[in-house]
This record gives sequence, structure tokens and C-alpha cells, in this order.
Amino acid sequence: MKILTGNDLPTGDVIWWTGSGWSRHVAQAADVGEIGETLGAEEEAARRVNGPYVIEATDTPDGPRPAHIKDRVRALGPTVRPDLTLKPGDAAAIEAIPHV
Amino acid sequence: MYKYDQYDQAIVDARVDEFRDQVKRRLAGEITEDQFKPLRLMNGLYLQLHAYMLRVAIPYGTLDGRQMRMLGHIARTYDRGYGHFTTRQNLQYNWIKLEDTPDILADLATVEMHAIQTSGNCIRNISSDQYAGAAADEVADPRPWAELIRQWSTFHPEFSYLPRKFKFAVIASDEDRAAMRLHDIGIQLVKRDGVLGAKIFVGGGMGRTPMIGPEIKEFVTADDLMSYLEACLRVYNRYGRRDNMYKARIKILVHEIGADDYRRQVEEEFAQVKLLGIDPPAAELARITAMFAEPSYEIDAVDDIDRGDPDFAVWVDQNVVAHKQPGYAIVNISLKPVGGIPGDASADQIDLMADLAEKYSFDELRVTHAQNIVLPHVRKADLYTLWQTLDNAGLASANLDLISDIIACPGLDYCSLANARSIPVAQKIATRFASLDRQRDLGELKLKISGCINACGHHHAGHIGILGVDRKGVENYQLLLGGSGAEDVSLGKITGPGFSEDGIVDAIERVTDRYVSLREDGERFLDTYRRVGMEPFKEAIYG
Repeated sequence: MKILTGNDLPTGDVIWWTGSGWSRHVAQAADVGEIGETLGAEEEAARRVNGPYVIEATDTPDGPRPAHIKDRVRALGPTVRPDLTLKPGDAAAIEAIPHV
Repeated sequence: MYKYDQYDQAIVDARVDEFRDQVKRRLAGEITEDQFKPLRLMNGLYLQLHAYMLRVAIPYGTLDGRQMRMLGHIARTYDRGYGHFTTRQNLQYNWIKLEDTPDILADLATVEMHAIQTSGNCIRNISSDQYAGAAADEVADPRPWAELIRQWSTFHPEFSYLPRKFKFAVIASDEDRAAMRLHDIGIQLVKRDGVLGAKIFVGGGMGRTPMIGPEIKEFVTADDLMSYLEACLRVYNRYGRRDNMYKARIKILVHEIGADDYRRQVEEEFAQVKLLGIDPPAAELARITAMFAEPSYEIDAVDDIDRGDPDFAVWVDQNVVAHKQPGYAIVNISLKPVGGIPGDASADQIDLMADLAEKYSFDELRVTHAQNIVLPHVRKADLYTLWQTLDNAGLASANLDLISDIIACPGLDYCSLANARSIPVAQKIATRFASLDRQRDLGELKLKISGCINACGHHHAGHIGILGVDRKGVENYQLLLGGSGAEDVSLGKITGPGFSEDGIVDAIERVTDRYVSLREDGERFLDTYRRVGMEPFKEAIYG
């Protein structure tokens, strides 16, 4: 699958296209098929995203998993600061960090 | 410490106002990201892996308690409670919001700080010896010259759009504590027949094409120094390549035309530049120099240290360095606790270090290129109390220049350019070698890790260097041996095939084990490597 990501303009937060808007959680990312670049350009023009780009991901029971390690780190947060990831206190998420 | 005059303050304040307006226009959609990006980069604001990153300039790594406390305030108020001290003696915040940035810059301006010249193809923040003004071996204090270069380079109309970024280091000792010859221009202040001048090295650097800067001028008098530097930059600006960013640094120019031809062209240019009156009037130089006057040392300060506490004694032996003034010492605060993130400090730790500087070190701190902090002027009589306070705050790791005192770039955990993570590797190595007795037995061993070929972690200059690469989407780590950023400067050589994250830790242990079996009395790791060469280590690593 292909998913669309970028950064929130005022905050810089990593965000993912959900099909109807933007989320900070990659688990909510939607498959954009072949329209990702067009969609990204429209959303950027409306200042709802900064620097959008399409990435490859695999569909898993927990939601999309970015194909490249760089995007997996983007999705979760720094692997060396589990307290700063999107799911602080989530043991499963933290356990998964060393294996990004 | 240099104090802003009305011009310095006006420049910085105006820049804050200008950037506030630029941010407002960006958020309102009046300018695009393509238009805004070069403007934010000129103010140190990057867009990194997770958020905006703000890099704050700390000129030649020197700051006072008030400035340090402001860095803590920003970490606590606008970021996530910590900051990261860098190999350029700067500080980075990893979680900055664009909408907060004008207020942050305004806060910085109240303590004579900014984020100018921390990005872009300009002359970057000037680096220097962290022991400047305190070391016994310097011929002069390098900071007035570093400050002069800072002022000369700030918004210099010819040098704001160079072919590529440009880095200076200024030292004043034969011992090089600033990796001077791995800078675009390295300056070593020297004296000849009692006259102050400088040796000039041009064309050093790390990155994807590491080079040691050749000596371009054996001696230029201090009176001519600024004109000479202007000539060096002009030749680069004229002939440096703008068609290929990978060949745009001055090291490529000097390498391709040769040091002799570059030197000849600089001399010709210098003859013209000298007529322009760029070198500062004596009164201006005296004004700047006076701001770096020596502190009011106690003349009869106690020169002994009570070493009764063995843990304290180890810290003194490892982290405390001789000061030129009897009764005083230079204190290194390690930001490398075992298992910690090299160079990171919490807002509370930053505040504490500010307090300690004010109380014990004439209100001065230094940031080192090895990502540690220095209190440059501490009475020996205060060392034990200071150590106890540091120890309570997790800041008393006695590992300066040992294997766990690792330089590491932010790597793939934070940096959008990185190919592999650096910090977890540093943590695993430090943990493997956690025993301080073992570290001290290994002796001086400078280990440096970069998460990509840009070499922010100085891996080329590590006695042991590690370079993280992306091999078909998997992190892989190359091992280098034999580098040095000191006066015995050299570039490390790759041992062979790379390793996984755990494999690189094992490989390093095999290297250090082989060193222990090969070393002769008094030999550091680097000395042994230079004596025996790569082969015995390759054999230990790969079998």
C-alpha cells in the first residue's frame, strides 16, 4: 500500500493522511493508491501539511507499517527516548522500538 | 566574555523582528515553503525527522550562567525538557514549533544569543579551544580573534552565499583541542620573535571527502590576519564549484588546484585586500580583547587537593585539567553517562551547570566539540564540593577521553539525513565497557560515531570511528581505525566489511582486546595502531 505523510506546518509534527484529514498516528493512515502526489500538492497548497510525500507501507493488523526504517522512526519517535514516543507507557510499543 | 555593544544588539533584535514577520507570512500562506526554507535556515531552523529543530549558536563555545540558564528555560518552555550539545559547540532543540520560534529567538536576544550562521552556505559559528584563557600552553587567548572573525563574518555581503558552508577553528596552542586541521580554515595563533601572528591551514574537513588542511601560510602577523582571511575566502568564492554540492567545499578546490596554486592566488588577492583597510584599528581590537580579561584570581588560592575520597580522586585524575593559575583547575563535566545520550542535558542539568558556573567558575562555561561542558576556572579548594553536586545530578561521569566518552551525532533517531542510528550504538558500547577500571586501563581512546557520510559525529577523526550506512534498508556499521582530530591529526581507515548493530559492539571489543595484547608501556590505542598497522586488528576482527 501507499500512504501519504508530511509535517504539520505550525508545529512540525509528523502527520499521516487518513482519507479525510490528517492524524499524528500512522495506524490511522489510509492507502492513497495513485493519487498521493496530487492529494499532497492540494493539501500543501491549503497549508494543511508541509513537505508531503508518498511512502510504501505494508498493511498489518495494527495498521500500516512503513517499509523503510526512517519512516518507521518518524512514525513512532526517537527509539532512544521511549518516553517521547507517541505511545508513552505502551509496553508493546516500547518493546517494539529496538526492532524498528 | 564578550558583551554586545549597541550595534550587536540592534542587529540581533532586528533579525528577530524580521523573522517574526517571515513566520507570520508563512503561516498565513503569503510565502511558500520553497520561499521560506532559506529564510528559516538562515535563522537556524531546520525541519528534521520528527519536528522543527532549532540550532542555537554558542560562539566559540563560550557562554555565561545567564545564557546557559536561558538555554534551560527554552528547553523547558518550548521543547521537551532537554537540549543537545553538538560537535560544533552549539546546542540543538529537537521539538520546536514554528509558531514559537520568533518568541524563542526574542528570548535568546535578551541574553545576547541567536541562531544566525548555524545553517546555510555562510561562515558558520566559529569554534575554538574549550580551554581558551585557562590553558597554560597557549601563546595568547584565541577568543578575541574568534570574536573578531565572528563580527567580520556576520552578514558579510560577499560571504553570505558561498558555494557551500564554511567552518573556522581558532586555537593558540600546539596541542589541538578543536580538530583545527579538519576545518575549512584552521588558525593557530603563534608567536615569532615576540610578535603575535598565525599559521593558516586551508582545506580541511570531514564529510564524504575527508581531508587534512594543508598549511597555506606559515606566519601572517596579527595585524594582517583579517585581510588574509578575506583573501582566502575571496579566492574560494571566485573558484569554488557551485555546480555540484559534493564538490563545492573549499577542500575540493585546494585539492584540485593544489595548495601551492591556491596559496599563490591568495597572496595576489591579499595584496589587493590589504589596501582596503579591513584589519581592525588597534583601539577596536583592544576593546574586544579587554572583554576577555583574566578573572580576578585569588593570589594565594590553595594549590592542594584532598584526594581522600577515592571516587573523587578518580574524577580529578580523569576530568580535571591543569590551569595556568596556581590554585585553580579546569573542570570537564561529562555529558556521557553510561547508557545516556551523548551531548544531551536536561533543563534541570542545564540550570545546575549555570548555577555552578556562577558559583565556582567566574560565571563562565564552555561547550566542547566532544559534546561535554567545561567550567574553566575553578578553585582547587572548591573541587570536592563541586564534584559532590555534580554527582548528585548525574553529571560526574569520570570518563573524559575514555572509550565511553563517545562523540555521536543524533543519527536516524532525529536527523532526516541519517542512514542509521548512532545513539543506540553509543549506548551499547558504553554499557559493554561500563567498568571504569576497564576504561581507565584502556586509556585514552576516542570513539566517534556518525549516522551518515556527512560525518557530524567526526568518525574520520576517531581513534575508533563508526559510520552508519543503509544497506538495502538495513542499518549497517563500518568500522574505522587510526583517526585523530588532535595535533597528531590523521584520518581513520575502514577495516573491512561492516557489521550489524550488535556486531559492531563485538567488533570493537575484539579491537580493544587485541590492543591490550599488543600494547607496549605507555602506548595509547592510537600509538599501538600506528606502530603495528591495521593487519593485527583486522585479524582480530574478522579472524
